[in-house]
Amino acid sequence: MQWEVVIGLETHAQLNTVTKIFSGAATAYGAEPNTQACAVDLALPGVLPVFNRAAAEKAVRFGLAVGARINRKSVFERKNYFYPDLPKGYQTTQLELPIVAEGGTLRIQLGDYEKDIRITRAHMEEDAGKSLHEDFHGMTGIDLNRAGTPLIEIVTEPDMRSSAEAVAYARALHSLVRWIGICDGNMQEGSFRCDANVSVRVKGTEKLGTRCEIKNLNSFKFLEKAIDYEVRRQIELIEDGGRVVQETRLYDPDRDETRSMRSKEEANDYRYFPDPDLLPLVISDAYIEEVRSTLPELPQAKRERFMSEYSLPAYDAGVLTSSRELADYFEATAKALGGPLSPSPLPQAGEGDADASQLRNAAKLAANWIMGDLSAALNKEGKDIAGSPISSSQLAGLLKRIQDSTISGKIAKEVFSAMWSGEGEADAVIEARGLRQVSDSGAIEKIIDEIIAANPAQVAEYRSGKDKLFGFFVGQAMKASKGKANPAQLNELLKQKLAG
Amino acid sequence: MLNASLKELSGLLAAKKISSVELTQTFLDRIAALNPSLNAFITVDAEKSLAQARVADERIAAGKAGALTGIPFAQKDIFCARDWLSTCGSKMLANFSAPYDAHVIEQFNRAGAVNLGKTNMDEFAMGSSNETSFFGKVRNPWDVDRVPGGSSGGSAAAVAARLCPAATGTDTGGSIRQPAALNGITGLKPTYGTVSRYGMIAFASSLDQAGPMARSAEDCALMMNVMAGFDSRDSTSLEREKEDYSRDLDKPLQGLRIGLPREYFAEGLSADVARAVEAALAEYRRLGAETVEISLPNTRLSIPVYYVLAPAEASSNLARYDGVRYGYRAPEYGDLTDMYQKTRAQGFGAEVKRRIMIGTYVLSAGYYDAYYIQAQKLRRLIAQDFEAAFRQCDVIMGPTSPTTAFRLGEKSDDPVSMYLSDIYTIAVNLAGLPGMSVPCGFGDGGLPVGLQIVGNYFAEARMLNAAHQYQLATDWHLRLPPLCE
Repeated sequence: MQWEVVIGLETHAQLNTVTKIFSGAATAYGAEPNTQACAVDLALPGVLPVFNRAAAEKAVRFGLAVGARINRKSVFERKNYFYPDLPKGYQTTQLELPIVAEGGTLRIQLGDYEKDIRITRAHMEEDAGKSLHEDFHGMTGIDLNRAGTPLIEIVTEPDMRSSAEAVAYARALHSLVRWIGICDGNMQEGSFRCDANVSVRVKGTEKLGTRCEIKNLNSFKFLEKAIDYEVRRQIELIEDGGRVVQETRLYDPDRDETRSMRSKEEANDYRYFPDPDLLPLVISDAYIEEVRSTLPELPQAKRERFMSEYSLPAYDAGVLTSSRELADYFEATAKALGGPLSPSPLPQAGEGDADASQLRNAAKLAANWIMGDLSAALNKEGKDIAGSPISSSQLAGLLKRIQDSTISGKIAKEVFSAMWSGEGEADAVIEARGLRQVSDSGAIEKIIDEIIAANPAQVAEYRSGKDKLFGFFVGQAMKASKGKANPAQLNELLKQKLAG
Repeated sequence: MLNASLKELSGLLAAKKISSVELTQTFLDRIAALNPSLNAFITVDAEKSLAQARVADERIAAGKAGALTGIPFAQKDIFCARDWLSTCGSKMLANFSAPYDAHVIEQFNRAGAVNLGKTNMDEFAMGSSNETSFFGKVRNPWDVDRVPGGSSGGSAAAVAARLCPAATGTDTGGSIRQPAALNGITGLKPTYGTVSRYGMIAFASSLDQAGPMARSAEDCALMMNVMAGFDSRDSTSLEREKEDYSRDLDKPLQGLRIGLPREYFAEGLSADVARAVEAALAEYRRLGAETVEISLPNTRLSIPVYYVLAPAEASSNLARYDGVRYGYRAPEYGDLTDMYQKTRAQGFGAEVKRRIMIGTYVLSAGYYDAYYIQAQKLRRLIAQDFEAAFRQCDVIMGPTSPTTAFRLGEKSDDPVSMYLSDIYTIAVNLAGLPGMSVPCGFGDGGLPVGLQIVGNYFAEARMLNAAHQYQLATDWHLRLPPLCE
């Protein structure tokens, strides 16, 4: 039987406000337990919440970035349940009227296809504190520093059909929230975490299968593995004649399996009702336009522009727009290298094309280096682009020397390493190490003549038809020039000389 | 001195005829003498009060006194006050001392007033007889075998017995007005949002409102000048220009149109209360007012609506009392659930538990629409009744409570009959309107009767004017209970 996987995601992203959503306490991560919890966070008697409008601004940014409708009036409700790290005995959240309504989409890219994932809604809510079960000798410690931290919960339609699509969506969302500056995206610190609703159905059928919700997946790897495990479990269960029970499950990364947490029957009745301590949040059209005017160019628009303006392949454009910093780095490098596009809308015949093609070549060279050597070096040291020791203008300085044939691509790798370890700008490294490419045909001819003289047997073999030996001569000549011979020139001259 | 108004006390203090310390000591002595038979106070701390009085005296000496500087006030134990216990009448908070002042307390402190002590109340303000307090029932100074009303029964009894010049109260369904009526004092519940709820322990957030409880309307006006005002810490606090609630006190009542709701003079109103209220209305006509009959057709729905909405909010507001961070925790328990259950079973009294149960029920899946949503719709209808009525009249008058003070224990086993004692006051909270109770005579057995005055939104000054003119013409508010003579 052919099975189809159906996945919807609920993502909690922490909004990076300075203070909490309903109190003036700081939201900074990692402080001593309970030092960032004020009377409101502790839910002392008589204290009241006051909404932090900075959270609304960030939520609206998100809504606009995914093209969703913004509710002009949204309402905070209380979700009532008892838990020691939930000081008020209820979580203030939004249910009936969330700030971000329907209509949003997020495009994902997987190999050779693209897909729009529909975003059902996004609402603001407060985070709970943390229960600390270790170090208390059979007791539980409560840290309320996180209590009241603003979150946005982003809910999708069940639009994803594989764990790969789910991960692609989560990555795209993760990139977007950082891109628009509403969340630091730190998954280790819990700033970005996903719940996955997973079900399976026989391929070709309409009706959705019974779903299970896997809670609190805080890495892309766990998200993928948890879904894969859950899909296998559900299929096996059904194929063995069983039935999937709607329930909440937890993923255990140590055993790579999901385990039942509570069934639908055991689920709390949260007794939602509008919070009488908070007024409905009213947002004006003018406010929405004000927020819209501060949005940066969004990833999808930038990706499309990179493809049209720089003729980058879709894959490259996708990789380079995976974060705003990377996109900015790329664009700065390409521009420094290729010069700005002619600003005139009516360039003189030929000239504009030449500029554009120069920029496209520069862009491709920059893209290759950024996605290749630079990414590899960054990955190796666990850095991201913001932590790169080589700036975009420095990288452009290096690539310029490839373009003008001062050095070969191979030598450029050596220069790059030297720059990485702090030996200075490309030109300084080239000078200091004497890496300037030899393009003097006389000098190259001299090397070739010496090699031909020193290897008569090989020359004879080559001339009798063993073409493969050409590489041997190139290698010898390069070695003799310490890699500095202009490769194109070397090939040309070598061919001539060997031909006799 | 016992009948001296706040204005008179202020004058005596300014003229150095008496010091704040002496004044405070006088009332502390009265509390020491009479509180044992009334149980109006939960906490009295002479040292703290006198320390404040000394500071007030310095301020008076420095010529920096305001209208209330140096005057001692009793504070309902629902207001958090730094360094004082704030128990809300509950075992749950019997040991709780807040690290902050309620907005109301701050305002009194800023005015240089003296905190004379924290008054007894129904547990978490849930009750109409002051019998649900963990700290014992309060007795009515007019007859110590009778209830003082509730939930601000301690404040009302304290003012009536002249244990303090005036006190604060809170009113969710009548908790200022009903005890004011039953004790022969004057009490005002302002328009919702006028007095900040910050630091006032929540019962039902959309209904709770603090107000003054004093001997006279004139005194209430002076207290309102201190208590009212915008506070950014309460999102439901109204941002309005500061007003002088005394400004209209002296206006004549000529032409005042008084609406008399047919439903407030119907079945259930006892004859002695009806007589006193009718006599008061006759007095108003003599003072130049005219009376018109109006209708508030949804009055009978106000009790069921209230007993859905208030418990719903309370069930959530009181969830924080879980024994985890502060307050009472059961001494012995097994697991977490057991700790919650034992703590809340032992920490809350029967009436509070009843309302938490009701509230939890009406918010539950499958009942929410039938109860909570339905009640919200009716709440709007009730508000519309008043809106229509105020097109015909300036103020509405009627009895505050259907009976005079009932006997202790008389209704404790019959919650519905207890709830009905708030039939005339509850709709006012549901509509968010201001309401007050003014002493208007005595019923059978010499027990005080209260006249309720309801105004349109922000009509407090007009209501205080109507009450003050009546008090200039009558002396009901000056009568002392037998206990004091």
